[in-house]
Amino acid sequence: MVELVVFIIFGLVALFGALSMVWARNPVYSAMGLMLTMFSVAVFYVSNSAHFIAVVQVIIYAGAVMTLFLFVIMLIGVDRDEDRREVIPLQRPVALAVLALFGAGVVVAGRFAWVTGPTVAGEPIDGTVEAIGTELFRDWVLPFEVTALLLIIAATGAIGLALFRRDEEEGA
Amino acid sequence: MTVTPGWYMALAAALFVIGAGGILLRRNALVMFMSVELMLNAVNLTFVAAGRELNVIDGQISVLFVMVVAAAEVVVGLAIIVAVFRRRHTASVDELSELKG
Amino acid sequence: MDTLVSLAIILPLGGTVLLAMFGRRLPEPLAGVAGTLTVAAAFGCAAIASADFFTGSGEPVVVRWFEWFPAFGVEAAFRFDQLSALMTLVVTGVGALIHLYSIGYMRGDPRFGTFFTYMNLFITSMLILVLADNFAVLFVGWELVGLCSYLLISFWFERETAAAAGKKAFIVNRVGDVGFIVALMIVFSSFGTFEFGEVFAAAPSVLGTGTATAIALLLLVGAAGKSAQLPLYVWLPDAMEGPTPVSALIHAATMVTAGVYLVARTGVIFELAPAAAAVVAIVGAATALFAATIAIAQRDIKRVLAYSTISQLGYMFMAVGAAAHVAGLFHLMTHAFFKALLFLGAGSVIHGMHDEQDMTRMGGLARKMPITFVTMAIGWLAISGIPPLAGFWSKDEILGSVFERGGLWAVLWGVGIITALLTAFYMTRMMWLTFFGAPRWADGVEPHESPRVMTLPLMALAGLSVVGGLVNTPVRTALGHFLDPVFEAVHLAHPPEGTTAWVLAGAAVVAAIVGIALGGMRYRDRIPAEQGPGWRLLGRGYYVDDVYGQVFARAGKLSAAWLAFRFDSRGIDGAVEGVGGLTRRVGSWLRPLQTGFVRSYAAAIVLGSVALLAWFLSRGAL
Repeated sequence: MVELVVFIIFGLVALFGALSMVWARNPVYSAMGLMLTMFSVAVFYVSNSAHFIAVVQVIIYAGAVMTLFLFVIMLIGVDRDEDRREVIPLQRPVALAVLALFGAGVVVAGRFAWVTGPTVAGEPIDGTVEAIGTELFRDWVLPFEVTALLLIIAATGAIGLALFRRDEEEGA
Repeated sequence: MTVTPGWYMALAAALFVIGAGGILLRRNALVMFMSVELMLNAVNLTFVAAGRELNVIDGQISVLFVMVVAAAEVVVGLAIIVAVFRRRHTASVDELSELKG
Repeated sequence: MDTLVSLAIILPLGGTVLLAMFGRRLPEPLAGVAGTLTVAAAFGCAAIASADFFTGSGEPVVVRWFEWFPAFGVEAAFRFDQLSALMTLVVTGVGALIHLYSIGYMRGDPRFGTFFTYMNLFITSMLILVLADNFAVLFVGWELVGLCSYLLISFWFERETAAAAGKKAFIVNRVGDVGFIVALMIVFSSFGTFEFGEVFAAAPSVLGTGTATAIALLLLVGAAGKSAQLPLYVWLPDAMEGPTPVSALIHAATMVTAGVYLVARTGVIFELAPAAAAVVAIVGAATALFAATIAIAQRDIKRVLAYSTISQLGYMFMAVGAAAHVAGLFHLMTHAFFKALLFLGAGSVIHGMHDEQDMTRMGGLARKMPITFVTMAIGWLAISGIPPLAGFWSKDEILGSVFERGGLWAVLWGVGIITALLTAFYMTRMMWLTFFGAPRWADGVEPHESPRVMTLPLMALAGLSVVGGLVNTPVRTALGHFLDPVFEAVHLAHPPEGTTAWVLAGAAVVAAIVGIALGGMRYRDRIPAEQGPGWRLLGRGYYVDDVYGQVFARAGKLSAAWLAFRFDSRGIDGAVEGVGGLTRRVGSWLRPLQTGFVRSYAAAIVLGSVALLAWFLSRGAL
């Protein structure tokens, strides 16, 4: 019962956030909408017993990533409203048609038992730090180390992109 | 009426479609990027729901990795957008259309 | 014995290779001497190898070199029996004399060495042809002599006419070769093998009259091309563009006799196709008469001899068509002697007259070139058929054998007699215009006798023309006995005996004497103008060349032009370029897909994923 109420309320919030992200003229409003959606998703994580993940979502996604987005929006100075005219011919109709098809596809997929069937019998999982940690350092240790490497590469790349560009401009 | 994992998956699908719409319909590079993040979130939600359905912890582990990669991607993507903006003084992706046939 | 036969072929082959590599660097007479020595050595080998045959005790020998086409069961094999021995001796013997003569004739020519390379190659090819033990090897020789003919006719290729003559010879030969090749195909499909021994042994049982006739007629086509019979003779007169020794060797003594050899060798098949054999004889007779009439009106001394060769070859075909193979081969041999003699003599005249070939500008050369005159006179009498010179015996045997066949063959005998008369006439005309009467040459020309190296072969050939006929007189048919084992399976026609023989011989001699008398009387004191329409018709060879040119050459050129400019330029090039153009058009049509807008690409990606999703769902799995 409780879960149902939570689902409906935060489901609507999530959808509202998503739609406002797509529709808002002001990119800052879009960022706000997305943050709203992310919070709702964190709530869903909790109701699915993924507590650790929910915390990580709030801290990293809603906290770091979205903040970074806002940062760049402000830096670039596109916080003003943008032009609404569509340049590419047929883009809007095609996009809507395609999305409709995709939605239909999803609905059809929902008919399949493996997508929306009853819960598999077994020990209910618990998304605690211990559970995730045990699994992470047992079966998933390699991907874990590789993602560490990935982060280093990403950071290096970002520094390189930002740093050298500045040198070029000053030199030219 | 209990809330089965299927419901969450349906909601995630809806978020995913909205995110795809954002990419196709918005011109601002940052908004497009945010739509990508939305899609990633939808996928994460699907993973968690599926993990709950199958009673394995692997769903959540996958989410962890997706988040890590998404974070790395955001770093690099934003750096690119900033660099492009410095050259062209526009954040509209439609301006960047030289590679046409 | 095997080695000797192989040596006979390898020696001139080695000569060819050696001369090809070093001929140009050797000082002048050396290349010629080397070329002559290889051919003479080959003659020696052949003579020694034939010794047994002469005593009547030899057995045919088959020499195998290597396996060539296992799929068709063809080996590089050579057969040395009496027939091929005869041909080899004639080819190498006369060939050696002509090589010797050429050392003098070709002196000073910038491509002296190359000449002997080609000549040696020709001897090699001709030997391959006559020594072949199967149709495939024979065909190799057949084609090679054609090639050598082309090379040697257009030896002085800077001359437009010489180059054209070479091409003409090769192309007309090729027309004949088509018949030959089809005949070979039928032979193989009938017998499953190309080997002479097997084919001839199996022929009576395997071949029906129809197939035999087909093969025989097709072989005749090939032989007609190579031996310049109607209607494929047109290349021979033009072939006189080549140096005179070439005309003597190839177009008188050897290559053109390949057709006669072919019919004789395949006598078994012709026996099974009497109709075809009759056709051979008729073609031969018709050609003999036809060419003789043209020879009467020629001004160029070599052209007279060219048409004379065509005519005499007609005699040989008449003989082998009537199954008088011995007679035909006998005439082949004597003709090689006196025709080579006449050609070499003509070459001596031309050489002494500084390359003048028009007889109306000669005259009175008997005193200036005595040796040439005497030897040519002997050749003249021999070809006219005056006993006891060689030509009489062989020609008489042919005419007698043809007559003896009876019935309608007598018509061919009549043609032969008339041709004999004409032969005597035009040869007398040639001799008179060249050697007698008042001198008519241009100023500055000083006729002189040729050097010893040229007159020696003349004398040798003259000697052979005198005694050569004695190998097969009615009294002592040595040649007939010699060749008997080869023609065991064939019913040979024989010359008549007794009174008929004497009457026929007398008739032939009378015809010859009448011809000479007419010629002497007409040309004794003056040179008739010979300008009238009748003379022009004969002089131009009944305009056959012109007709061929209009019909075939023009048709050929038109179709070649059509192929080059319509079919190739527009059709094939158009197709290729069309493919390119099509690619370009499709590319242009597809290019707008690359809009440059990231968002349209994104739309395409989503569309693709939707399609993929649908496909997976339709299969009920993911």
